Amino acid sequence: MMEKNIVSEEIIHIKAPLDEKTVLSLRAGQLVLFDGIFYTARDASHKLLIELIEQGKPLPFDLQGQVIYYVGPTPARPGRVIGSAGPTTSSRMDSFMEPLLQRGLKGTIGKGNRSQEVIDLLKKYKAVHFSNIGGAAALIAKSIKKCEMVAFEDLGTEAIYRMEVKDFFAVVAYDTTGNDLYMEAIKRYGR
Amino acid sequence: MRQIEAKIISETVERLCIEANYILEDALVTALKKALQVEESPAGKDVLTKLIENARVSKEEQYPACQDTGFTIAFLEIGQGVEVIGGDLYEAVNRGVAAGYKKGYLRASIVKDPFKRVNTGDNTPAVIHTKLVPGDGIKITIMAKGGGCENMSRSAMLIPVKGKQGVVDFVVDTVKRGAVNACPPVIVGVGVGGTFDECALISKKALLRPVGSPNPDHATAELEKELLEKINNLGIGPQGFGGRITALAVHVEKYPCHIASLPVAVNMDCHSHRVKTAIL
Repeated sequence: MMEKNIVSEEIIHIKAPLDEKTVLSLRAGQLVLFDGIFYTARDASHKLLIELIEQGKPLPFDLQGQVIYYVGPTPARPGRVIGSAGPTTSSRMDSFMEPLLQRGLKGTIGKGNRSQEVIDLLKKYKAVHFSNIGGAAALIAKSIKKCEMVAFEDLGTEAIYRMEVKDFFAVVAYDTTGNDLYMEAIKRYGR
Repeated sequence: MRQIEAKIISETVERLCIEANYILEDALVTALKKALQVEESPAGKDVLTKLIENARVSKEEQYPACQDTGFTIAFLEIGQGVEVIGGDLYEAVNRGVAAGYKKGYLRASIVKDPFKRVNTGDNTPAVIHTKLVPGDGIKITIMAKGGGCENMSRSAMLIPVKGKQGVVDFVVDTVKRGAVNACPPVIVGVGVGGTFDECALISKKALLRPVGSPNPDHATAELEKELLEKINNLGIGPQGFGGRITALAVHVEKYPCHIASLPVAVNMDCHSHRVKTAIL
């Protein structure tokens, strides 16, 4: 499915929220630089989002086309937009995916691999999962230009924030056709 | 009896919490640079280059190396000739953690109750391990341990007939299952022997050695080499993007065990390995 290197050397610039054409064109292994808007959510905020959906209540933001970044940042120092802000483990959010995809979520960003169930859901709902570099949190912070609280403030670092990003680095890990970067990586380099 | 004030312990813990999260140890940065020389996958090299740069930015521009500033684990080696005065030792450690995490703009990542899950707000309580040793000083080691890699840790009570091969298989399998979510290149702490609890504890203590320093016991050091080679043959690579370097190091610690058992524990640590020590 991919040419010589499993991660491409060419970098594609894309915008968040994602449009359908972009989502469908992305392939596992492509490097991207994001400009635009992300919403953050991790364990506790996902639980609350799903509870709102189950209760038939409105969500704190419209999911249509949006990208959710799995992150719990450190507190910002005075005069700074945010503290360190690298990804958390994506697979903990696996069981929350379908109701969010049903409401238009088009992209997620985190670290590590995801379940076959999520790979199938991404195909079904035409969405993409990206990985960025876990533990490169200081570097990543520099591509976040604005950060404001959206919901669940009492969760602290786990609250939902709206982030404005510029040249935010990520790799397409799973695309809309079922390609899987992590599986390809092991196939290529495992001995 | 030498007297050490609780307040001094708090201040030391506070400083170590901040330093651990902002200044990655030299041995780790050296290991990342060595890995970059060996790594053959372009994506893997790119990750390693970014991690080396991240360590520099963290230290020079005052951003914590990782946003998961960890569960604070305090290892205290307390001389038998020391009397702690002016307060409770454990409270002193936790006061230091709370102050360090606040002053250092570090993330509060601890929930008070595993089911109710309300954040304590100051990263306390720490997990505190104490050991009485000869002498009249206190050695304080602070580890800031990320949740993602901790989640990929595992232990098993093997039976003696499984032997060394059983241990090797368990360790490699644990890394194969979990390393991709533990921020590779990982550092693998392995405990062999002891009891269920002691085995897990020595697997964590194994991580306190400078990254890549071999166990002084020759046979154990050979086992570390064998494990590292097998793990790096998995091909998971930096961040799971494929490559030669899945682990930077494997550290093994052993302890005598019961005639009926062969406990093994794997404590996975991410590349953002944060450990600092001070001696009072």
